[in-house]
Amino acid sequence: MRILAILLEKEFRQIFRNSFMPKLIIVFPIMVMLVIPLVTTMDVRHVGVAVVDADRSPLSQRMLSHLEASGWFTVYGDVPGYAAALQLLEQGEVDVIVEIPRHFERDMVLASPRPVSVSANSVNASKGALGMQYVLQVISRTLRDAQAEKGSGAAISDFFAVQYRYNEILDYRHYMIPALMIMLLIMLCCFLPTLNIVSEKERGTIEQMNVTPLNRMTFTLGKLIPYWIIGLFALSVAMLLARLVYGLSPVGSLGAIYLAAGLFVLAMSGFGVVLANRSETMQQAMFVMFFFVMLFVLMSGLMTPVESMPDWAQKITVVFPPRYFVGVMRSVYLKGTSVSELHADYIALAVFAVAFNLLAAVTYKKQS
Amino acid sequence: MNSIEVRHLSKSYGKVNALNDVSFEVERGELFGLIGPDGAGKTTLFRLLTTLLNPDAGTAVVEGLDIVSDYRLIRERVGYMPGRFSLYPDLTVEENLRFFAALFGSRVEESYDLIAPVYRQIEPFRHRRAGKLSGGMKQKLALSCALIHRPSVLFLDEPTTGVDAVSRSEFWDMLTQLKSKGITMLVSTPYMDEASRCDRVALCNEGSLLDVDTPSGLVARFGAPLFAVAADNMYLLLQESRRIREVVACYPFGEAHHLIAGAGFSPERFAAALRDKGVTGLSIRPAVPAIEDMFIKLMGR
Repeated sequence: MRILAILLEKEFRQIFRNSFMPKLIIVFPIMVMLVIPLVTTMDVRHVGVAVVDADRSPLSQRMLSHLEASGWFTVYGDVPGYAAALQLLEQGEVDVIVEIPRHFERDMVLASPRPVSVSANSVNASKGALGMQYVLQVISRTLRDAQAEKGSGAAISDFFAVQYRYNEILDYRHYMIPALMIMLLIMLCCFLPTLNIVSEKERGTIEQMNVTPLNRMTFTLGKLIPYWIIGLFALSVAMLLARLVYGLSPVGSLGAIYLAAGLFVLAMSGFGVVLANRSETMQQAMFVMFFFVMLFVLMSGLMTPVESMPDWAQKITVVFPPRYFVGVMRSVYLKGTSVSELHADYIALAVFAVAFNLLAAVTYKKQS
Repeated sequence: MNSIEVRHLSKSYGKVNALNDVSFEVERGELFGLIGPDGAGKTTLFRLLTTLLNPDAGTAVVEGLDIVSDYRLIRERVGYMPGRFSLYPDLTVEENLRFFAALFGSRVEESYDLIAPVYRQIEPFRHRRAGKLSGGMKQKLALSCALIHRPSVLFLDEPTTGVDAVSRSEFWDMLTQLKSKGITMLVSTPYMDEASRCDRVALCNEGSLLDVDTPSGLVARFGAPLFAVAADNMYLLLQESRRIREVVACYPFGEAHHLIAGAGFSPERFAAALRDKGVTGLSIRPAVPAIEDMFIKLMGR
């Protein structure tokens, strides 16, 4: 234990003496939390919407004004016909066409109107799809309101049943922020211990450690613990910023988040040390690390849901620790899910943590 | 009693035979030199004896402990100063020393008397970062760190490489001082002139030991006439001398060329033969062999 304390003291001394590292540890989470949510937003704004209003009724006017008032759309309200609207779409002015049929309001009373047609340009798939969703949402609300006022029994809401839960305004930031925290942890806790160990190899200082009676478990812990502390510190900064800047606090308990983060950080840093033990040069370590980080970021549900991947790919993700952590973070942050409901994910993370750290200690060879 | 015993030790890296059936022993308290050019296998031998490498064949014993089975115990008893400066450049002189002392469960104060002759010279700079020290100071710090746990055997891999002549001489003075404390030392160096500072030396080349003896013993066994030759055109002299059958070897040595003579060599006939080839201003006189001459002779064999 005394030896471990000495190793930790040395590591922290080196980290704080470095002119760059302490700044990075502070600036990195701040940058990630302040800048990335703004630039990587998938919220679609300024969707061009052409409305072909053949009804010209108070109800259709009301839809139009609601679309305009929503703030998401640039509405072209006076398009003479579908052909003209299609032309606008081809010119790239609009992404969504809404066609309100003649006598729509009148027929609504009869409960069998010709439906409102909504068509979207899906060349930019996400803009088209999201634009369409927004339009549907606004129109359905208008119709529901109208129906409620009239007290009509016709089930207009049956036409549209769009509802978003937990992230009701579909704010992309709320979806992204927990993901960004995870990326932050991957970057800090995977890269830093790896680079630290490989640089000791390159500078030859590891050789001087290897001729001492220091055992490898202590050595490995001495390398890992500082980055666990740094990782959890950065996570706290990020969570604080999410609350102060975006007003996003976890719905679930902080304990659930820190428990998952602790296990995740353990697993990832252990993984980093395994890589470092197998690498001779910084280049090799970096390259292999990037390979895995790419996989982690793209295949663990950080950007796109795991459920929408092909079956074989979903099977591969079973061995990616971030996959479990992503699920936990989003559920706890946005839904307030409890540890017991997510126990399978926690167990998976714990298994990875133990396995990678054992592997890290075993692959560290003081002899070659 | 022997402090280090090496028996038929071999190590290869893939196809490269770094060490080939090497055997020798070092007595307790002896200052033993490994002399040889780069690639002679000196560093490999050090890495084997400090338990950083495992041998392919053969055995070695350090302080009665086997380098393979008792490697943990060996690490507590030996000090190693690698050829490359490998202390933490971002820690200060004092921090490095304290750190390595602590790793061995010791404190600087406990070994101060041992390291003092070395450490006192860099003590005024104890708050300076190790990376900012000059070459000679780095070397003294490395030696202090290698001594901090009072090892009974000290391995010094090319400690004087890249250090100026005055510091080199000072460094050997320090080693002689440490020898008086009973520490066994194995020192490697590519500089032949440093051989005379050792009790015994092993000449090594391409993974094999050519000879092991005291410096004077080695030179005494030179066993061939040696001449120093000079002329107006030194390069022509070198080329023409090498063509003469009775000359075993001729090589530049300081201001003159050294010439190892074989059977039937006569200075007069040699001088006449060279004059015929157009060599002018020739002087030839007997020379006293040095370690380097011995090395070249053994290498040529």
